[in-house]
Amino acid sequence: MVEETISLQYKIDGGDFKKAGYASSQIKKRLQKLNIHPKVIKKIVIALYEAEINVVAYAYDAVIRIEIGNETVKVKIKDNGPGIQDINQAMEKGYSTASSKIREMGFGAGMGLSNMKKNSDKFDIKSKINEGTEINIINYRINIKNENN
Amino acid sequence: MEVKEVVSILNAKVICGKQYLDKSVDFGFASDLMSDVLTLDADNILLITGLSNLQTIRTLEMSDICVVILARDKKASKGMIELAIESDLLIIETEKSMFKTAGLLFEAGLKSVY
Repeated sequence: MVEETISLQYKIDGGDFKKAGYASSQIKKRLQKLNIHPKVIKKIVIALYEAEINVVAYAYDAVIRIEIGNETVKVKIKDNGPGIQDINQAMEKGYSTASSKIREMGFGAGMGLSNMKKNSDKFDIKSKINEGTEINIINYRINIKNENN
Repeated sequence: MEVKEVVSILNAKVICGKQYLDKSVDFGFASDLMSDVLTLDADNILLITGLSNLQTIRTLEMSDICVVILARDKKASKGMIELAIESDLLIIETEKSMFKTAGLLFEAGLKSVY
């Protein structure tokens, strides 16, 4: 089968709590039209939403790129921001540098990055101090019609 | 348990999504922390929370949770209701505390996620 890839791109602004989740919502609606299994869609959008919250909470701005292929859905979130001092520490459940504003929104418990990894088949994170963070996620597609194959 | 039974047990107010009252829920989860809600793997969950903001509704949407009970007399904002309608979600408001809401629904047979 010829690989057909659909590419989507969204820009997110840091600090804009009202809009957090808009991109994830738009991407979810798009994925639902492509007969991808709901459980796979849920994994993708939860990781994306956690990423959006992180961008809004910590970064100046970011670009989300999605590539939907026949076999995989690839997600890249690249932000301009302060970067992460210690990625291993940031990946630990419960470690957080969140402000009270983020906590008021129901987040900032130090669960985001580990939950993103949990919802990814492949997860990669790299960060440079005073430049930003880039996260690459790959999830394998299971199509509804292929579920029992 | 059907959502209309939940509404009846709590004597609660349905704010939007009345057309989905026949939907069934199997599990209840009570939290003000959306980070915890986003880690749940079960299906057919009803969320009980005292956190009333747009991200409460976004969290439901991403987590495939179709019912939220706003406890402690918290009110849904206009923006929350619009977003919930767009995503086919039910918002229910109750004056009862989260503890009492959870207790009544647990007693009526709603299961705990863990």
